[in-house]
Amino acid sequence: MVDEVILLGYWPSTFGVRTRIALEEKDIKFDYREQDLFNKSSLLLEMNPVHKKIPVLIHNGKPVCESLIQVEYIDETWPGKIPLLPSDPYQRDQAKFWGDFIDKMVPGLVRLMWGAKGEEQEAGKKEFIEMLKTVESELGDKTYFGGEAFGYVDIALIGYYCWFDAFEKYGNFSIEAECPKIIAWAKSCMKRDSVAKSLPDSEKVTELVPELKKKWLCLKSL
Amino acid sequence: MAERSEEVKLLGMWASPFSRRVEIALTLKGVPYEFSEQDIANKSPLLLQSNPVHKMIPVLLHNGKPISESLVILEYIDETWQNNPILPQDPYDRAIARFWARFVDEQLMEKELVGKDFLGGESLGFVDIVATLVAFWLMRTEEVVGVKVVPVEMFPEIHRWVKNLLDIDVIKKCIPPEDEHLNYIRARMDSLKLKSV
Repeated sequence: MVDEVILLGYWPSTFGVRTRIALEEKDIKFDYREQDLFNKSSLLLEMNPVHKKIPVLIHNGKPVCESLIQVEYIDETWPGKIPLLPSDPYQRDQAKFWGDFIDKMVPGLVRLMWGAKGEEQEAGKKEFIEMLKTVESELGDKTYFGGEAFGYVDIALIGYYCWFDAFEKYGNFSIEAECPKIIAWAKSCMKRDSVAKSLPDSEKVTELVPELKKKWLCLKSL
Repeated sequence: MAERSEEVKLLGMWASPFSRRVEIALTLKGVPYEFSEQDIANKSPLLLQSNPVHKMIPVLLHNGKPISESLVILEYIDETWQNNPILPQDPYDRAIARFWARFVDEQLMEKELVGKDFLGGESLGFVDIVATLVAFWLMRTEEVVGVKVVPVEMFPEIHRWVKNLLDIDVIKKCIPPEDEHLNYIRARMDSLKLKSV
């Protein structure tokens, strides 16, 4: 049976980027379908009735939701190709711990970008910087989070890179000044085909922000 | 396969359902472990050292190596001791199980219920009302799907809370009738399975 893989996404979404990278790394052919989050398609609502969010990965008609769950699913379903997660249980679960930690950065970022100017924004920025520094110390001097091989944790974090310019602009700070190793790591990741193909242009993301601010309530979908 | 002489230690707390779920997994697999009750108000050096990022329980120490985050710990236990599997074998079924486990953690706020009769405190409140639908829907989905997403052993607080809710007239009148609700869930599940894109 020929695999049919469809990805429902929204181009500036950091989460959708993760799944795209995983599919590209494994060289899996997929049909990407751009979704309008302000006018959700019936397909999206049917495939993710619980959260109504993207990304949704549809494999032979069956939906898988939540980007990191999708990355793991892709790794388990197409194991013969480049592994995204380590085979050792301890290393695997360390990777999942960091994936979960990176997901926990979202509330701080939401406050930084969409929160009330002043205290709320500052609190969001502070939380983001602290968490990014923790992630940076986990990276240390390695090329990638897993060492020499690009994998799950890199995929979890790299999606945010296309938003860095926006964070810096709206938060009025420099990520490179705070976390230089993260910037160096991100630039290495961008040299990979899978990442370069999947990440949207930073400038376009930053330009979108004022429009998104107007519709900010809908951003819970991102 | 795991060797006999290995050391398994769980840093946990008696009142925490996150800690209890790890104990259940270890017990299910017949893994001997040492439980170390932690004082959250006065965190031990071992806890701080083992989980420097979140400084929270539960933390599983396997031959000295720490694993944190209860759902991650459950996966680690399942991969390390392969008898009595917790997660299904099929990647799709695994993805679904992971999705629901996260959903339960995010939506049901189990830890909020410890010591309280209602999420709102003393009496039925906004959050209880909002969460009721979720709780019923999930439990009835369990019946249809046949997977215990919210087993009573792991979530005694949720079960107690649901029992409290069921005693309230307003709730009794408002919850969807069981048969119809189960049929509805079955129909939705079937349509998801059959969906051709």
